Amino acid sequence: MSDTPVDADEVRHVAELARVDLDEDEVEEFAAQFADILGYFDALDEVPEVDREDELVNVMRPDEVREGLTQEEALSNAAETEDGYFKGPRVS
Amino acid sequence: MSLNAFITKETLDGSDDGPLSGKTVAVKDNISTEGLRTTCGSAMLEDYVPPYDATVVELLKDAGATIVGKANMDEFGMGTTTETSAFGPTKNPVDESRVPGGSSGGSAAAVAAGEADLALGTDTGGSIRCPAAFCGVVGIKPTYGLVSRYGLVAYANSLEQIGPIAPTVEDAAALLDVIAGPDDRDGTTRDAGADSNYAAAADGDVEGLTIGVPTEFVEGADEGVEAAFWAALDELEAQGAEYREVSMPSVEKAVAAYYVIAMSEASSNLARFDGVRYGKSGGYDGNWNEAFARAREDGFGSEVKRRILLGTYALSAGYHDKYYAKAQDARAWVKQDFDEAFEDVDVVASPTMPVPPFELGESLDDPLQMYLADANTVPVNLANLPAISVPAGETDGLPVGLQLIGPKFGEETIVRAASAVEN
Repeated sequence: MSDTPVDADEVRHVAELARVDLDEDEVEEFAAQFADILGYFDALDEVPEVDREDELVNVMRPDEVREGLTQEEALSNAAETEDGYFKGPRVS
Repeated sequence: MSLNAFITKETLDGSDDGPLSGKTVAVKDNISTEGLRTTCGSAMLEDYVPPYDATVVELLKDAGATIVGKANMDEFGMGTTTETSAFGPTKNPVDESRVPGGSSGGSAAAVAAGEADLALGTDTGGSIRCPAAFCGVVGIKPTYGLVSRYGLVAYANSLEQIGPIAPTVEDAAALLDVIAGPDDRDGTTRDAGADSNYAAAADGDVEGLTIGVPTEFVEGADEGVEAAFWAALDELEAQGAEYREVSMPSVEKAVAAYYVIAMSEASSNLARFDGVRYGKSGGYDGNWNEAFARAREDGFGSEVKRRILLGTYALSAGYHDKYYAKAQDARAWVKQDFDEAFEDVDVVASPTMPVPPFELGESLDDPLQMYLADANTVPVNLANLPAISVPAGETDGLPVGLQLIGPKFGEETIVRAASAVEN
């Protein structure tokens, strides 16, 4: 078993952080599944320290203007637009 | 009955002349096609029409290929069976009561059934190799950085690559030749592959090749799968290769490390789907956080929600060091084990999947069991290496895949070794 407790409240909290609504059945189902899955992830506690030998380099390019999407193309998949802008939900 | 291999069936013609002229290609539905709906197998993107082509799609068209449709897939690539698609499961053409594997199940099924000559899939943790194995075709997961990901709808950027699925090793290698090479729109691509001729490496010559078999990859495999695996190695030995057992203790932690990293990256990548710029908005009003949360509840299926939530959890305050940081340590350990193995052997071999194809519906209720089926494929993505799955016999009439893993940018070596399996 996991040493990480997962209950319905924890699932609701994470769902809120992730901006995903869940119905009550999903909350119960996920709580049970997360206990299993996180319990399995606990095996990572036994991983030894390893020297990382990656030689990582930044890949840079000049910051120059390139052809991109037109405004019309960029807006073409938006559910709502207004005056050439994306329109999000009304902030109450 | 249709296999449901395609989400959208529509033909896009390529240029008149090129190495792929006359060839039909199925493109996985998370690869952007200009003017052609690209859903990622999700209700969220049911109506999404990309305004541009992915680099690999431009390359296909330039090479003269005819795109025949967008292939079905697990939602956003999250699954091992193609059953998490919002557009219904794809059936395995070899046995229609079974899954084709996933997440590129539509791509592999289309090729196996002859509905396309070739296909593109994507592989984040085995999503090309698993369906290739389950459908009895060839699939290649290229070295990280060999193929441009520009225009691929991201799920886990540090792990995923686009790659070919084909009936033969030579055909898969020829498709890889078309899509490999550097792209200034994907900063992780390398010069390797620019003038490749992987197809020419499919010469079946394995004289002197040394093959390492990690015991950890074979233990616990289904009996029939294991028998087919050893028979394939004996066949390679008869052609002049030699094999020996090697030990890679790190791979025991690979599934846990893979899922922590993939879910963490997914939780960040999929934050963009809020229904404002694209995707289903649901038209909700009120507090914008609540409006987005409701749009995402409607648009995402269970497996996607599960991974977003687990990834959010693994990155949240207090748990980051326990899960994400340890998973990165495990990733470095897996890389180190492969580096050591390749000091002594040319390729590493395993059964691609430890089991034969699941029955449709068999694995949906237990996500952890489904994750464990990826045990032999995820280490390759963690180590950024190339691997191929090639058909290697059957068990009870169902295909078995042999996985051959090469060193970084060692595509020619795995193509050569795999082509000998076809002899």
